[in-house]
Amino acid sequence: MRLIAIKPLTILAFTVGAFPVNTVLAQMDHSEMQMQGGSAPADARDPHAYSDGYTLTEGPYAQPGSRQLKLADEHAFWSILGDRLEYQEDSDSTVYDVQAWYGTTYDRFVIKAEGDIADGTLEESSTDLLWGHALNAYFDTQLGVRLDQYNEGKDRQWLAFGVQGLAPYWFELDVTAYVGDDGRTALSAEAEYELLLTQKLILQPRAELNLYGKDDAENGLGSGLSDLAVGLRLRYEFSRQFAPYIGVEWTDTYGDTADYRRAAGEDTSDTQFVAGLRFWF
Amino acid sequence: MTHGFPRPKQPWQLSRRRFVQGLAAGGVLAATPSWLQAAAKGATALGSAPVLSGREIDLVIAATPVDFTGVTRMATTINGSIPAPTLRLREGDDVTIRVTNRLPVSTSIHWHGILLPYQMDGVPGISYPGIAPGETFVYRFTLRQSGTYWYHSHSGFQEMTGMYGALIIEPRAGERHRADQDYVVQLSDWTDEDPMHTFSKLKVQSDVYNFNQPTFFDFTADVSKMGLQAALEKRQMWNQMRMNPTDLADLSAATLTFLMNGTTPAGNWSGLFQRGDRVRLRFINAASNSFYDVRIPGLKLTVIQADGQDVEPVTVDEFRFGPGETYDVMVEPQDDAYTIFAQSMERSGYARGTLSVRQGLTAPVPEPDSPEWLTMKDMMGAMGGGAMGHDMMKMDSMGQTKMDHSQMSGGMAMDHSMHGMQQGSENPLAKPSSTIHHARTEYGASVDQRVDTPSTNLDDPGIGLRNLSQRGLRPQGHRVLTLADLKSIDGVLDDRRPPARELELHLTGNMERYSWSFDGLEFGKSTPVSLRHNERVRIILQNDTMMTHPMHLHGMWSELETAQGELRVRRHTIPVQPAQRISYLTTPHDLGRWAWHCHLLFHMDAGMFREVVVS
Repeated sequence: MRLIAIKPLTILAFTVGAFPVNTVLAQMDHSEMQMQGGSAPADARDPHAYSDGYTLTEGPYAQPGSRQLKLADEHAFWSILGDRLEYQEDSDSTVYDVQAWYGTTYDRFVIKAEGDIADGTLEESSTDLLWGHALNAYFDTQLGVRLDQYNEGKDRQWLAFGVQGLAPYWFELDVTAYVGDDGRTALSAEAEYELLLTQKLILQPRAELNLYGKDDAENGLGSGLSDLAVGLRLRYEFSRQFAPYIGVEWTDTYGDTADYRRAAGEDTSDTQFVAGLRFWF
Repeated sequence: MTHGFPRPKQPWQLSRRRFVQGLAAGGVLAATPSWLQAAAKGATALGSAPVLSGREIDLVIAATPVDFTGVTRMATTINGSIPAPTLRLREGDDVTIRVTNRLPVSTSIHWHGILLPYQMDGVPGISYPGIAPGETFVYRFTLRQSGTYWYHSHSGFQEMTGMYGALIIEPRAGERHRADQDYVVQLSDWTDEDPMHTFSKLKVQSDVYNFNQPTFFDFTADVSKMGLQAALEKRQMWNQMRMNPTDLADLSAATLTFLMNGTTPAGNWSGLFQRGDRVRLRFINAASNSFYDVRIPGLKLTVIQADGQDVEPVTVDEFRFGPGETYDVMVEPQDDAYTIFAQSMERSGYARGTLSVRQGLTAPVPEPDSPEWLTMKDMMGAMGGGAMGHDMMKMDSMGQTKMDHSQMSGGMAMDHSMHGMQQGSENPLAKPSSTIHHARTEYGASVDQRVDTPSTNLDDPGIGLRNLSQRGLRPQGHRVLTLADLKSIDGVLDDRRPPARELELHLTGNMERYSWSFDGLEFGKSTPVSLRHNERVRIILQNDTMMTHPMHLHGMWSELETAQGELRVRRHTIPVQPAQRISYLTTPHDLGRWAWHCHLLFHMDAGMFREVVVS
C-alpha cells in the first residue's frame, strides 16, 4: 500500500473545513498578552497620519513620472521545495512531494504535487494549483483546484480551499478541504515538525490524514477517516538546501477504505523503510 | 535590483577555514586598467585605500574581479579599490565630485551623514534618477560640517559588493584632539554569493544562515543542569510565539567574510605606530548586514566622536556599532603589537587587524564569544526578564552609572541648567510620551509581534555584551560603551527649542516571511513623513522586533534624548535595540525629499524604509 494512494474521504463539507480552522488558528495567535495577531483597537494609530496627504509620487519635491524606487516588497520571488523525493522499500516505488511558489510576501501562486511512481509508470498523482494569500503573520489561505490522476481508477477534479503555515510550537500545518463532482467532499491535513539534533542532523516527524465525504469505489476510498500516515525521517543537511534522509513510514487505513483493501487482497496497514532527498532552491 | 553576477559556488565547496578566514592576499585582483590609474593619481597610502583630497574629485564605478576566499567574483568598485578611496576634504570647501558609471546598470553614491541639498544626496528615485550606464553625474555641495563619515552606493545591493569608502572632513579650526597617527578602520562584510540570491534564500527560509539554532541536545543539557521544568519554561515563550532566541543576525559567516579595511582576518590589516604615539582610529561600520563588537585587548578606547560629531571623551574597553555608525577613538599603545578584534554580533566570526610598531607583527587573537540567547527583555522590553534578568540589569546599569558620575562631574551641573531651559514640566512635550500607540497596520500579516512594555533606558549594552566581567568573559571592570555614555560636547546641539510636536513610528517585521517595515507597512505601501522646514520635531521610534535596527535619517541630524527628555548626543544613525523605545529631536534645515531607513541593507530592501518630505 502506498501513502499517496490513500487520499481517503469524509464528512466535512467545504465551509466546515476552512473557517473553523481559521478561527482556531486565530485564537492560537491571540494567546499570550496580545503580542501577536489580534485586531486593531478602534483608537489604533493611523500609519499615514504624518503624510499631510503626500504620497511617494505626489507632493513637493517628488521625482517626476512614475515611481522609480521599488524595493523587494514589490518584487516577486520563487522557490521549489522537494520535501520528499524518496524510495519506499516495501512497495518498491518512488514517491515525490514537491511544492513550488511564485509571488510576493503576501500573495503567491502555489503548486503542490505528490505522486507515486512504480515500474516506471506514474501510478497515482495529486496536484494542487492554488492562489495563496496571507491570513495572518504565519498562515496563508489557499484557493484553487486539485487534480487527482489514477493509473487504475477514475481521475477526479476538486475545488480546494485551505490554510497553510506555522502553528505555535513550530508545527508546520497544511489543511485543505475539497469539493468535487457529485457532491464529493474531502479533507486532508498534514503536520510536520523539525527537531534539530544538531545544526545539521534533523529528525522530522510527519503525519498526514485524509477524510472523504462519501465512498469512491472506483478508487478504493471509503467515507469517513480513510487513512493515516505517520513518518519519521532523519536527514543530514550537507547544506540547508540539500539533505539526504532515511526514515520509516507507518500507514493505516480505516472504514470502507480498509474494506476495499481487504477485498482486493491487500494489507490494510503497513510499515516501510524509506530513503530519499530533501532539497530546495 | 542588481543582477548580472556569476552564479555562486555553494559555500560547502570551499574549505571551511579558508571561507571564514579569507585569503591572506585577498582583495581586488591586480591588473589595473589605465583609466583607473589616471583616476587614482596622487594617491597615498592610508589604511589600504588610496586617499583623494582637494576640491575636485573623480570617481569611476566599474565591475572589478576580486578574490577574498579562493574564488573569483565580480565586485562593484569605486576607482577599483575595496574600500573605495578615502576622501579627505576640508570643512567649508565647495567640492565637485564627478562620478562616472562604467557598470551595465544604474548606480549612485550617497554621502552618509552629510548635510547637503537633497538633489546631491544620491538616493535614486528620491534625490535624482540615479546615474545611468556611461553617464557622469556631477555632485556639487558645500561642506558645512567636519568629522568622520563615509559614502556608499544607494542602488540595489551594490554597497554589499564593494561600493563603500571613508569620507573625512577636516575641521577648519583644526582637530580638537592631537593625534600622531590617524587611521581609518573600515569594517565591512563580503559574500561570494549574488546578494539577490542571498536575499531570495532568506525569503524561503529566514534562518538559513543561522547555524546556532536551539537543538535537542541543548535542551537535554539544560534539563540536566536546571531540571525539566526550568528547561521547558526557558523555551516556552519562544516556541509558543514561533520566535527564535538565537536570531541575532540574518546572515553569518556561513556566507560572509568579515573585512577590516578590505582585508580578510588572515590578511591581517596592520596600522603602524611608534611607542608613545597617540593613535586616532576612525571606525566606520560599512558592513551591509553585520553589527560588530570591537575591542583592542590591552588598550583603553577613548571615544571622541560619534557619527562625525565630537562627544565628551569617554573611555571604554569595547563598543558595539551597526552598519552606518562611526566612532572615532584615541588609543595610546605602549607594547609592540595589539589585535583590533571585531567579532560579529551573532558570533559566527570576526574581522581582525593589528596595531604594531612594525609590519608583520601580530598579537594573540581572541576566540569569538559563545553566542548568547536573546532574553525576555529583548522580546518584551522592560517587563521581560523576570527576577533574575532584573537583578542583572540593575547591577549592570549601576556599574555604568557610577562610572558616568565620576567621569562627568562637570557635565552634571550643565545638565541641570539645560533642564531649566526646557520649560520643565509645563510643556507636555518636555518628555517623550510613554503611551504606546501601535499603528492599525501592525495587526496584519506583516508584523509577527508587538511590544507593550518597551524599555526606554539607554544604558543597555545589548545582547552578548551584558555583564561580561561578572560572567568571566572579560577582565574585571571591563566597560562596554552604551548610548547613555555619549554626550555631544558643548555647542554641538545648537537648537535648544523644545519640540513643537511628536511623531511616533514603530519598527516592525515578520521574520518568518522575511519582511521588514515601519508600522507594518513596507516602503511600497507607505506614505512619506512630512516635516515642516526648520521646525523642531521629536521622533519616537519603538522597536517591535527582536533585532537591533541602525536607523539612518538622511538630510538632517538625529539628536538623541533620554526618556526624561534630556538632549544627549547628535547622530546620523541610531541603533534601536529589541523592544526598545527611544526618541530623538531633529530640525530639518534642508528642503526636499529624504530617505529614512534601517541600515541593515536587507532590512532596508525588504521595506523598512520611509520617505521624508521637508517643505
